[in-house]
Amino acid sequence: MFRLDGRTALITGASGGIGGAIARAFHAQGAVVGLSGTRREALAALAEELGDRAHVLPADLADPAAAEALIAAAEGAMGRLDILVNNAGLTRDTLALRMKDEDWETVLAVDLSAPFRLCRAALKGMVKRRAGRIISIGSIVGATGNPGQANYAAAKAGLVGMSKALAQEVAARGITVNVIAPGFIATAMTDALSEDQRAALAARIPLGRLGRPEDVAAAAVYLASDEAGWITGAVLHVNGGMAML
Amino acid sequence: MTDTAEITKQVKEIVVEHLGVEESKVTENASFIDDLGADSLDTVELVMAFEEKFGIEIPDDAAEKITTVKDAIDYIVKQKAA
Ligand SMILES: NC(=O)c1ccc[n+]([C@@H]2O[C@H](COP(=O)([O-])OP(=O)(O)OC[C@H]3O[C@@H](n4cnc5c(N)ncnc54)[C@H](OP(=O)(O)O)[C@@H]3O)[C@@H](O)[C@H]2O)c1
Repeated sequence: MFRLDGRTALITGASGGIGGAIARAFHAQGAVVGLSGTRREALAALAEELGDRAHVLPADLADPAAAEALIAAAEGAMGRLDILVNNAGLTRDTLALRMKDEDWETVLAVDLSAPFRLCRAALKGMVKRRAGRIISIGSIVGATGNPGQANYAAAKAGLVGMSKALAQEVAARGITVNVIAPGFIATAMTDALSEDQRAALAARIPLGRLGRPEDVAAAAVYLASDEAGWITGAVLHVNGGMAML
Repeated sequence: MTDTAEITKQVKEIVVEHLGVEESKVTENASFIDDLGADSLDTVELVMAFEEKFGIEIPDDAAEKITTVKDAIDYIVKQKAA
C-alpha cells in the first residue's frame, strides 16, 4: 500500500523541514523527486543523500515568472509531473496595526499566488494525461486564525478555497487536489520559539508534543498514493488534536 | 493545398486526438459539446491546443463563441490572414 514507484513528484520548499521530510518519504516509497527551494546547497545535499531519482530544481517563488519555469524544468528533468506538492512558505509575523503592505504582499505572493501558478502550469500536463495529484501544505492557522499572522492566515485559508475550486474543475480528469493543514511542527519555522513557549504550546496539544516533519510527510504520502484516489477537495488536519476540525 | 484546407485538416486532427472521437463525426457543423461529447474543460483544452498549434492567442470572449468545428476553423483562418 501507498507505494509511489515510478511516480514523479515536485516538492517546493524541499530545502526546509517539512519539505525535506516529504521528499525523503516520497523517495522511500519509490518516487522520482524534484527538489525545489532557493538554497541550492541544501537541495544538493538532500539530492546527494537520496542518491538516484532526485533532481535539484532551484526557484525563487517570490518571482511571478518562476512558477511556470519551475514546472517546465520539472517536466524536463523527470519526463512528466505526476504529483505537485506546494510546500514552500514563509511568514512575516506582526500585529496588523504594524503590518506593512510589503509584509502582506510577500506572504501572499509566496504562500498563495505561487501555488496557484504552479497548479495552473502543472494541471496542463495532468489534464492531458488524465491523472495527477496536487497537495498543498496549508496550516492550522488558516482555519483558526492567529494573532500576528493576518497575512499568513489569509494565504493559508486561501489555499483551501483555491484547492476546493480546482478539485471541482479537474475531478472529471482523475486529478485530486487536497490540502494538509499541519499544527505546530518542530522545524526552522518554530525554532525561533523559546523553551517556555514550546512547553506552553505542547501543553495545548492533546497528544502532548509538537509535531514532527515526518507526521506531515506520512499524510502527504497517503494523499499522493493510489489508495487516496477517492479523496479530493479535502483538508487533512495533522495537529495532534490541537484543533479538532 | 490552400491555407483554409490545411487549417481545416489540422483542426480536425486536433479535435479527433483530444476528444477521442471518430474522424467521420468531426463534420464542420459538429458542436463540440452537443455532438462530440466535450465538457467545459475539453473546450478549454481544445482552445489551448489551437493556440499552440497555430501560434495565435484566442482571448476568452472569442473562445466562448467557438462552439463548433467550423467556428474554430473560421476564427483561425481569420487570425492567420490578419
Ligand atoms: N513548522 C510549522 O509548524 C508549520 C505549521 C503549519 C504549516 N507549515 C507550513 O509548512 C510549509 C513548510 O514549512 P517548514 O516548517 O518546513 O519551514 P522551513 O523549514 O522554513 O521551510 C520553508 C521552505 O520554503 C521555502 N521557501 C521560502 N521562501 C521561498 C521562496 N521565495 N521561493 C522558494 N522557496 C521558498 C524554503 O526554501 P529556501 O530555504 O531554500 O529558500 C524552505 O524550503 C510551509 O508552507 C509552512 O507554512 C509549517
